[in-house]
Amino acid sequence: MPVKVENLTHVYMKDSVFEHVAIDNISFEIQDGEFIGIIGHTGSGKSTLIQHLNGLLKPSSGKVFIDGSELGSKDVQMKKIRQKVGLVFQYPEYQLFEETVYKDVAFGPRNLGLSEDEVEGRVRKAIELVGLDFDSISNVSPFELSGGQKRRVAIAGVLAMEPKVLILDEPAAGLDPKGRDEILRGFKTLHEKQKITVVLVSHSMEDIANLVDKVLVMNKGKIAFFDTPRNVFREAETLEKIGLGVPQVTYLVKMLRERGFDLADCINIDEAKNELLKLFKR
Amino acid sequence: MIKDITIGQYIPGDTPVHNLDPRIKIIITFVFITLLFFVGNYFSYLYIVAFMGLTLILSKISLRFILKGLKPLIVIILLTVVLNAFMTQGEVIWSKWGISITREGLYQAGYMGLRLIFLITGASLLTLTTSPIALTDGIEKLLNPLKKIGLPAHELAMMMTIALRFIPTLLEETDKIMKAQMARGADFETGNLVNRAKSMVPLLVPLFISAFRRADELALAMEARCYRGGEKRTRMKQLKIEFRDYGAMMITAAFCFLVIWSR
Repeated sequence: MPVKVENLTHVYMKDSVFEHVAIDNISFEIQDGEFIGIIGHTGSGKSTLIQHLNGLLKPSSGKVFIDGSELGSKDVQMKKIRQKVGLVFQYPEYQLFEETVYKDVAFGPRNLGLSEDEVEGRVRKAIELVGLDFDSISNVSPFELSGGQKRRVAIAGVLAMEPKVLILDEPAAGLDPKGRDEILRGFKTLHEKQKITVVLVSHSMEDIANLVDKVLVMNKGKIAFFDTPRNVFREAETLEKIGLGVPQVTYLVKMLRERGFDLADCINIDEAKNELLKLFKR
Repeated sequence: MIKDITIGQYIPGDTPVHNLDPRIKIIITFVFITLLFFVGNYFSYLYIVAFMGLTLILSKISLRFILKGLKPLIVIILLTVVLNAFMTQGEVIWSKWGISITREGLYQAGYMGLRLIFLITGASLLTLTTSPIALTDGIEKLLNPLKKIGLPAHELAMMMTIALRFIPTLLEETDKIMKAQMARGADFETGNLVNRAKSMVPLLVPLFISAFRRADELALAMEARCYRGGEKRTRMKQLKIEFRDYGAMMITAAFCFLVIWSR
């Protein structure tokens, strides 16, 4: 399921005083099974970009290919694309609407026209994937759950579609540290076990450094970088200029190095720990 | 699709029309709408066109934007035109299958169609050039005399401000929920009437919940800042009638005279 974006441009409210170029002629490619991070300042076009990947927004110009087929061309069924490319929006708990958790998670699979058995299997699997207990929660109203649980149910609703590409728009925003760790670790496991492609939009440089293979940095509708986190976080000055930063620990190691300590670049705590231990052992 | 709705939208600007006192603008709009019912013949519509044209040029609002605003109402306009064309008695000029068009009918149809179009454009010009806050300020001031007979003018105006303020927010929210459900395979566009009505449930339930949540939060935020209705409230910006307001009134009066005189 490679995702390919070619010269994509998106203009909001074209030909009016409110005209705004959200995405400005960008091209990139995501390979099968990659874990991609997208970072960028608020308003840099991240959300607009990801909505193109499952055809919710139509490009003003340019093309998007999923698995070789161009979105928007006549012989491509949007429903199929949306099954292959699952999109979890920001604060997905606001889309819950059914009487029970089971019914809500089943909404997607039912729209795919699957048999009731198949639906049940998928719902069970999805609910367990997000770390909830199927038997105790499936008949509860989603509106009685806590914020974190609601979020998981909403994510399960997308996972139950069994997408090949999973796009997550700040899935951990507003969760407590424990909830955020659990949910993010869940995605990592899912990625490793099921070999699905994951695209994670995040404001946390730490999460990006810990999770992703490659990071796409957006700035004012253009791609500033598209490289491994290690290479990207080497550009601390440029990142700061566009309203971003690098993980705290990277700053720390950089400052230590400026004071004469012999350390390599680090992007997460484990790396920094090992580097420091090496230094002490010397 | 939802972004095409332009009713109630405000386009910021710094033109003579934008800067008019909102009270005067509301009164002029009402006069204009009443005037439409005084138009006696097609020739008088020329004056109406001239008045609209003058306002459009002064307000720097593009004609295309106005036309776009008419688009959602095209069904109503067409229905009016067609009904008038077929239902009016008079000299028959075309007839088939027991229905006929009369000369008077055609005359009446064009007449009604134009009246509707000008009615809508006139009203939308008011909202396009007046910020919601100025608009409700104006309404509140105009309703002030009615306070004496117990009309809660301030509360009404505040409710209107809030309603107007939340139109774009709720539209945005609708758009977001729609997309989220579409990402889960929901289909809002095809199917028969029953299926389409059913497909609205996943949209309406979250929308209502969020509207109530927002209302609750807003009430709390207002109370936290000690809001307690209209009694003894003062304003930072006082409305004041200026020279240009008198000018606008004079021009409107002149057009009124022309239209009524040409009947």
